[in-house]
Amino acid sequence: MAHEILERNQGTKDLYLVGILEGGNLLAQRLGELISSFEGVSPPIGAVDVTLYRDDLSGRGGPIPFLKQSHLPVPVDGRKILLVDDVLFTGRTVRAAMDFLIDFGRPSRIMLAVLVDRGHRELPIRADFVGKNLPTAMDEKIEVVMTPGREGVYLTRSIPSGDLHDQ
Amino acid sequence: MINRLISPEVPAFGPHLLSVVDLSPEVLTGILDTAESFLEVGHQSVKKVPVLRGKTLLNLFYESSTRTRSSFEIAAKRLSADVINISTTQSSVTKGESLIDTVRTIEALGADGVVIRHPSSGAPAFVSSRVGCHVINGGDGCHQHPTQALLDLFTIRRKLGRIGGLTVAIIGDILHSRVARSNITTLSRMGARVRLVAPPTLLPRGIEDWPVEIFHSLEKGIEGCDVVMALRLQLERAAGGFIPSVAEYARLYGLNAPLLERVAPGALVMHPGPVNRGIEISGEEEFTESSAILSQVEFGVSVRMAVLYLLMGGGPEEVLAGGAVPDKGGKE
Amino acid sequence: MRDQETGCLFLKNVHYFDPSEGVLGYGNVLIREGRVESMGEVGPSGAVREIDGGGGLLCPGFVDLHAHFREPGYEYKETIATGSKAAVAGGFTAVCVMANTDPVNDNADVTRAIRERALDVGLARVYPIGAVTRGLGGEHLTEMGRLSEAGCIAFSDDGKPVSTSRMLRRALSYSRLFNRPVIDHCEDPELSDRGVMNEGSVSADLGLAGIPNASEEVCVARDLSVLEACGGRLHVAHLSTAGGVRMVREAKRRNLAVTAETCPHYFSLTDEAVRCHGTHAKMNPPLRRESDRLAVIEGLKDGTIDVIATDHAPHAPHEKEQEFDRAPFGIIGLETAFSLSLALVREGHLSLSELIYRLSFRPAALFGLPHGRLVPGGLADFVLLDLSGEWEAGRPGYYSKSRNSPFTGSLMKGKVLKTIVGGRVVFDGEGDVCG
Repeated sequence: MAHEILERNQGTKDLYLVGILEGGNLLAQRLGELISSFEGVSPPIGAVDVTLYRDDLSGRGGPIPFLKQSHLPVPVDGRKILLVDDVLFTGRTVRAAMDFLIDFGRPSRIMLAVLVDRGHRELPIRADFVGKNLPTAMDEKIEVVMTPGREGVYLTRSIPSGDLHDQ
Repeated sequence: MINRLISPEVPAFGPHLLSVVDLSPEVLTGILDTAESFLEVGHQSVKKVPVLRGKTLLNLFYESSTRTRSSFEIAAKRLSADVINISTTQSSVTKGESLIDTVRTIEALGADGVVIRHPSSGAPAFVSSRVGCHVINGGDGCHQHPTQALLDLFTIRRKLGRIGGLTVAIIGDILHSRVARSNITTLSRMGARVRLVAPPTLLPRGIEDWPVEIFHSLEKGIEGCDVVMALRLQLERAAGGFIPSVAEYARLYGLNAPLLERVAPGALVMHPGPVNRGIEISGEEEFTESSAILSQVEFGVSVRMAVLYLLMGGGPEEVLAGGAVPDKGGKE
Repeated sequence: MRDQETGCLFLKNVHYFDPSEGVLGYGNVLIREGRVESMGEVGPSGAVREIDGGGGLLCPGFVDLHAHFREPGYEYKETIATGSKAAVAGGFTAVCVMANTDPVNDNADVTRAIRERALDVGLARVYPIGAVTRGLGGEHLTEMGRLSEAGCIAFSDDGKPVSTSRMLRRALSYSRLFNRPVIDHCEDPELSDRGVMNEGSVSADLGLAGIPNASEEVCVARDLSVLEACGGRLHVAHLSTAGGVRMVREAKRRNLAVTAETCPHYFSLTDEAVRCHGTHAKMNPPLRRESDRLAVIEGLKDGTIDVIATDHAPHAPHEKEQEFDRAPFGIIGLETAFSLSLALVREGHLSLSELIYRLSFRPAALFGLPHGRLVPGGLADFVLLDLSGEWEAGRPGYYSKSRNSPFTGSLMKGKVLKTIVGGRVVFDGEGDVCG
């Protein structure tokens, strides 16, 4: 995926990786490391907690979460932002992340990279870079584990039966 | 009282913020972490997030206050809430309307949250038991000032990197200070050692159980402290006979440059404001590098944003305070 | 009282107790024309009404030396009618009512009006207490002679202390003429300042202005010194502090003519109650610390404190539903007093006979009232008690017009089954006041 990103952006110029907390953060770091090893240049890497921009905070009924610290080391203005998340599902999180970035400044472009696209979009959003398309049912759960030594994507049905899909 | 904000992962907070007494170290840390995030909002090009869009916050101030009221107002507006300010001089409060009637009226107007500043200790708690919206104590009598204590905690953590293990001296009119009462609880709960420095007439009786060390001498009290927090002296205390004169108070309990050599290196000087120049803090000290007073003001907005977000960020089903109907017992 | 007294009432199957002689018996009591005709193994000769007491305890009706019925002037809080209902529902057949009405009971017209109204109501016997000073102003003595003639049985500026030591001296001396005690609300207003609750760890936490123990103690000390110097009879109202109890104890040891009362809340609660009950735990003197609570119990045990009074102080809901420091002082107490006091017996502090004595015979004797006895020929003012009966305070409501009590909703043990005044049943158990 890192190669594909570099190819389509013709290098690292103005590239700015932004992980969506929590799932996209480690993935953005990993992509950053790979890009750096290929190109010898490290693009800036940020992270955003999009809780404040979610459209479902009011309806969820659960506890209101304490916020994680968003971190944007350099201004986003004029940059080509690559939003990174682990799983693309309804698209609402990505919408929130885009609103966040636009409130923060004016990027020249926003792209999206996800490890898994599981379908069921509720907004007109598509990823520019997808690790794997993984058609799922609504009641299934996807868990991405990035602990060193035990990485993988787990698909869980309501009747617990795990399928391991290697990355 | 229904509290939907309790879950295994997230410690309890809400539905009101009346006192800091119920806040665990985990909740305090969570609030401070959340406030860190909101500090960022102040640096965005659009200094606003939509999380409280469509909600209304009412600032109900029965005492004059520029700082706290405007801080809450800015905080609410940055969260996209609508804000209504009511102060005693404008409302029917001056026409003798009771507190409970005022609040019921406001509730009927559809406020989602009310910040109350009131000269009577316990007034916000009283209101919270009788209305269905979130109540935030903006300072009540000599009782509590929770958001001030939270912003003081936040300031200390940002400036000194930690709270646990620090020694904090709180100086002045402890007897009448809601800031002191709230700070003593939060600071000691986060692992700081708290000293109170005051003349005996300005210390409450019955504080044997408080987690504090008492000093009457300013010199000894601030010796080696990491944080020196001066309280505002209400000038009418001299008339009340608590101190013989403001001048004598300033001489015995005013901070000045020579005294500040006794504190720990890099110590902070704090004050909840507004400062009586030349009384609590001598003129030249207030804006030296050790002073955190302006940071306190800046951080106050982020901390209040965190509080408003955590209390009011949920949907209407979470806006449930118990006991909206007081019991009707009388036979007649 | 009214014509029903002429009837004849037969009370059967009761344990009867006379605290004046300490006599306990079992059997029946025959009442004719408002007085006890005979008791023991007697038959219902000519009785028009027969009541089975179910083996309950029949005692002289309780006598409250300290209540506020608010009439005239504050009928929205309580009236003589509603106060009397509360009294008989709580087992009180005689109530002394304080003078801080509007107009103040500082002249014979007010005294007579109160008595007449109480006779009309026809429930408890109501004894007015006259003011010590005109309008409670603390400057001019009232006409104690005319007030006594009109029916005042004691004098008090309750709500506030007798203004100065000089005024107290005059009052104590002058009231001797009529053999009436002066009741003092012992408080030094200077020390109380703007205090709204006990000064201590709770007031420190809550940021509420405190009333120190010294506020009561300074005034008790003053009163005792003045009493010693000029004679007269002093009754100390609502003792709440360990120091106050100690000083009264010493004074009694020196045979000063001092008596004292406390109220159920001072031996039932401490200032911690303010945290959860708010303004319903606000009264003056305030609820004190645990050590004071224990000293008050000790005072009751050794007789330093003669009687239990209620300081029944009704306030309307809108007055109590306020900021703590703005709400008025006082709680209602007539309906809960007996049950709360009975806890002293269960906890082994007082014997049952001692408790009945301090609720009936002793208070009657202090103010020279013909009550508190259960003897042939004596007035038929009784209360029939179920000592193990349980009920919930204030549920479904109070007979009092107000409901300002910290005990509302608490489980009460010890129940008033019936109250009889002048041979007439005026309270007949749950929900039934025979007005």
